[in-house]
Amino acid sequence: MSETEPVIIVKDLVKKFGSFIANDHLSFEVYKGEIFGFLGANGAGKTTAIRILCGLSSPTSGEIMVAGYNAYNEADKIKKNIGYMSQKFSLYEDLTVTENIRLYGGIYGLSRKEIRSRTAELLEKLEIASVKDTLIRDLPLGWRQKLAFSVAIIHQPGIVFLDEPTGGVDPITRRQFWEMIYVTAHEGITVFVTTHYLDEAEYCDRVTIMTDGKIMALDTPLNLKKQFEVNTINEVFLKLARNT
Amino acid sequence: MQDQAVIIRQVSKSYGNTRALRDISFQVGKGELFGLIGPDGAGKTSLFRILTTLLLPDQGSVTIEGYDVVKQYRKIRNLAGYMPGRFSLYQDLSVEENLKFFATIFGTTIKENYHLIRDIYVQIEPFKDRLAGKLSGGMKQKLALCCCLVHKPAILVLDEPTTGVDAISRKEFWEMLGRLKAEGITILVSTPYMDEASLCDRIALIEKGSIMAIDRPENISGSFSKPIWAVRSREMYPLLIDLRQYPGVEKVYLFGQYIHLTLGNEGQEPGRMKKFLEDKGHEEVEIKVITPGIEDSFIELMSQQKRHE
Repeated sequence: MSETEPVIIVKDLVKKFGSFIANDHLSFEVYKGEIFGFLGANGAGKTTAIRILCGLSSPTSGEIMVAGYNAYNEADKIKKNIGYMSQKFSLYEDLTVTENIRLYGGIYGLSRKEIRSRTAELLEKLEIASVKDTLIRDLPLGWRQKLAFSVAIIHQPGIVFLDEPTGGVDPITRRQFWEMIYVTAHEGITVFVTTHYLDEAEYCDRVTIMTDGKIMALDTPLNLKKQFEVNTINEVFLKLARNT
Repeated sequence: MQDQAVIIRQVSKSYGNTRALRDISFQVGKGELFGLIGPDGAGKTSLFRILTTLLLPDQGSVTIEGYDVVKQYRKIRNLAGYMPGRFSLYQDLSVEENLKFFATIFGTTIKENYHLIRDIYVQIEPFKDRLAGKLSGGMKQKLALCCCLVHKPAILVLDEPTTGVDAISRKEFWEMLGRLKAEGITILVSTPYMDEASLCDRIALIEKGSIMAIDRPENISGSFSKPIWAVRSREMYPLLIDLRQYPGVEKVYLFGQYIHLTLGNEGQEPGRMKKFLEDKGHEEVEIKVITPGIEDSFIELMSQQKRHE
């Protein structure tokens, strides 16, 4: 992780829906190859902020740069240079494994040759060659989520956004998934991740905790635990959210 | 334990070639808070749908409060409260309208059993005119719980009530379950969160349609066969890679701020492991032996199950 190279810069991000302030002056930077945990209670404003960072929604005010592009008039360039997966939507269930890889490769502008070699690579890496012609809906959730993550970074973006990627996944697969995150970050791709499993927050390089549209804490897991004089991120979370 | 509220005997269920439930048998005592712990696709929902008469088992039988779920399903529908995993209320009715609707179909009124829902309802009452579809996740979950309590069920069946819910709301939800248990209601609850297991009287660990273990939470973690070592250092990913190379190591997996591992006969000495890691350049190395938790047990049982396949 190099602290000198920010790939996400957010200064005073405000997003209002009518009179409701969903994001209230958020400021933070995320560095190249960092695993950045984005935590908060339901309704704290996480999804709103992620949508803006992914170029899907415009901020009301503030300065937002993602992968070198600004969120106001370069949203399309942002979309091309990031990857995204969530628990709720990732792959097309009525397409097969290889069809999904081909579809996403095509969407991200990979050549046929690149798609062919990436497909072979993924099938081998994930050990799923035997199910390459199986429909996604017939695959166990854990396999699906690992494939969805790999497909989200098939175009080797600078940043990948993972929105609750491990929800409902069994404890062994959950850990394999986090090892994939480690490897990805090691290769220099920044990982921006949300989760409700607070033990997973411990795997992040740095963690933010949002409540009511504001960032209440931002530091390494170790420093946060020191600052709040507790032993786990779960306790930090409970302390912060209880105070509001 | 008093007599049984739920008796499940050798229940199996398949969907085509997929075996969702394999020969499941267990009992739940009256007034017990029973947790069914397992990941998505383990069979939790299929089992709960059979218990609530919404799905027929292929084999086996289930009785709830002495009534058979197949032959006497009408009886059971009156005495069970069921909260499905997906939000099931009418999105285009208000909070209050939903509650009234559920009270009416069960032939009761909100007033009659208000004491049961009061603690929960007061939290959503300020929004009683809001459409259910416009509620936040935590609020929806509270309303859904009120709606399945309004007819004073003898047994509550809650399918993953805390999935996708933040840590604070999860904590509050379990506090509510504690109060309902004190009212004498039998509660079956499923969850993918292993840390919620310790809040149940007894739990069943379920994976791939089979029950891997069933006991009080402290007995399940106590039955772990080997000591577990917890190790950390400043850089966790390199630590994980290096620990896999440690002589005598059996299993190594991430566990929050630590890495957990089990060792064979070799290498059972913390000083040696510390030196091994420091030689590889790790700093701030901490090594200790810990008591295994439910999640450690689940991982162990899951790998045993895999080996037998």
